[in-house]
Amino acid sequence: MIPLVIYVLIFVAAFIVVRILASRLSARHDFTSLKTVTFGDESAVRPDRWASVISLLTIFLLWGAFTGSKLVPVHVPGPFVGDTEFTYTLQAPDGSTDDATIFVRVFPIGEDVEQRATEPGPGFAKNDSITVGAWRSQLILFDKNDEITRKDGAQVIAIDGIPVTSGGAVQTTAGRVVVTPKGSLNYEPPKGMQMEPIWLPPPEAVASRVLEIAREGYQNFTLWEHLGWSLYRVVVGFMLGALVGIPLGYAMGLSNWFRGWFDPIVEFMRPVPPLALIPLVIIWAGIGESGKIILLFLAALWIMAIAARSGVSGVRISKVHAAYSLGASKWQVLRHVIIPNSLPEIFTGARVAMGVCWGTVVAAELVAAEKGAGMMIMVAAKFQLTDIVIMGIILIGIIGYGIDILFRIAERWLVPWKGKG
Amino acid sequence: MTGLSIENISMRFDLPNGGAVQALKDVSLHLKPGELLSVLGPSGCGKTTLLNILAGFLAPTAGQIMLNGHRVTGPDAERGMVFQQGALFEWMNVRDNVSFGPRMKGVSAADYMPNVEHLLDVVGLKDFKDKAIYELSGGMQQRVALARCLANDPDVILMDEPLGALDALTREKMQGLVLKLWKETGKTIILITHSVEEALLLGERLLVMAPRPGRIHKEYRLPFADMGVGQDLRMVKKHPEFAEKREEILSMIWDMEEEIMGRAEAGAGA
Repeated sequence: MIPLVIYVLIFVAAFIVVRILASRLSARHDFTSLKTVTFGDESAVRPDRWASVISLLTIFLLWGAFTGSKLVPVHVPGPFVGDTEFTYTLQAPDGSTDDATIFVRVFPIGEDVEQRATEPGPGFAKNDSITVGAWRSQLILFDKNDEITRKDGAQVIAIDGIPVTSGGAVQTTAGRVVVTPKGSLNYEPPKGMQMEPIWLPPPEAVASRVLEIAREGYQNFTLWEHLGWSLYRVVVGFMLGALVGIPLGYAMGLSNWFRGWFDPIVEFMRPVPPLALIPLVIIWAGIGESGKIILLFLAALWIMAIAARSGVSGVRISKVHAAYSLGASKWQVLRHVIIPNSLPEIFTGARVAMGVCWGTVVAAELVAAEKGAGMMIMVAAKFQLTDIVIMGIILIGIIGYGIDILFRIAERWLVPWKGKG
Repeated sequence: MTGLSIENISMRFDLPNGGAVQALKDVSLHLKPGELLSVLGPSGCGKTTLLNILAGFLAPTAGQIMLNGHRVTGPDAERGMVFQQGALFEWMNVRDNVSFGPRMKGVSAADYMPNVEHLLDVVGLKDFKDKAIYELSGGMQQRVALARCLANDPDVILMDEPLGALDALTREKMQGLVLKLWKETGKTIILITHSVEEALLLGERLLVMAPRPGRIHKEYRLPFADMGVGQDLRMVKKHPEFAEKREEILSMIWDMEEEIMGRAEAGAGA
């Protein structure tokens, strides 16, 4: 909740600041700048690059601030680390009471720690010393060394002077103390607002993990092999899907018989998410490469077939008529009119299919694989290696984005007439 | 027999609901080589259907088309077509669009290039031959379409509202170009249009068609096309007979439109 509020505040503040700076810097303050109506004109909306940069920085900043990153100058309060103490008041069965102090040392997880030295102190309740890891809690068997114990009927009636009963809790300056139903104490030091690395590691931990895995590999394969295998599966599956799907789509767009024959199959298979096919493909082809490639082939096939079909059906009849009346044969119409006319649709389909394939391969690897990007994060999740999981997600995202950009560049280069017919 | 003969053409379209539309009924016409015919009529009079039958895209339910003594059975390079818009190939540049016909016939580049260059010069697109189609304005695109049609050297050129989507000024320039090309090439041209003025300017002969069923209502022989060649078309429009004919044809078409409306209302009332 708090990160969301901060995020919204940064959004608003950045908007106002950039607006003010932009209007200061821009030279035009005359009426011409007001005349151009752009509001409501969708084509006049361009992404503000400053907003993009600040947006990414904000995410990074929030991530760092809430994980105690060394890369970020400001942090939200972290978990309490250091020494503190609180007292408990023990009441003996005869009604007499005695106070004792529990000396606490909270240490960062993963570091060695020594207990604080304590004097037992006077009275029947004796002082204790405990160590607690940051973000953890600790059950305190406080009466181990007391002269009158819970077995004798003694019970804690107050923490730091605040009355408490069995099952109740007290928030002290040292942290939260719960009296369990059995009468023992459970102590939680203040957690602050930062995320524990096991939930969300700081950015530098993820970065160093990337370097480490790039150098040493993970689960018997290098990082590049993991990513390369995922990409290889996508490329091969997509290619096979396109190789079969495009001619199939053309046939469906050009022949009644093919249309009738394949329409029910294509229309039925199209809404089936490829993920739903994973169990069947595993039964049929196992968890090896062939299973993955069959799955991706199926994921790409229907998309490419439908794209090719609509590319063919979308040809303006006047173009076909023009070609015929210029003396072109059927074959020449197909080669010089129908196929080039369908290319923009096929490119759009290919972009969609690549995206779906990339998602599907990661999901398939999550289910079962011995290498691959999805397998890497699945295994890491089992060992609670959150930094590897986050690294994997970021790399999967970058590769997916990269594939899409490559397709867009190829599209601009190969079908420059797209959307201009 | 040379020229283009339309012999008792009828065309019925069966509708999916079981009914049928008589798009054309018993249309006959003969055009000598080199004649320029414009066709006018209210919407639904079957003029586009007639053009599609002439092009060979549709087979008539009765009658036949004869061109220079042989029967028309399908689309062919001897009958070129210029469409209203969007019939150019965006994946080819201007030159490849214009040379499409010769290339499909397997003519070598050395043989067709001089003619293609000449035609691009005639339509005023010499400097645009390497441009993509989508980089051209609407008027330029229609000039490419004209050049593409001419590059194939057809006997008959069929034009389906070729200037309908252009602005008034461009349209006037293009009308002059069509007249110039007609005179220079001596092609038989059939031009369908919605504009009475355009039909008067670009028709040696003018056909007014009537709807339901589509038929020839009246035919005119006009002097304006010959007058207009190489002339300022605005001067032609100022001719007293031009205004007279325009009024006559406009009121004729208005009458037809009103009759259609009346019939539709009667049908709705019944």
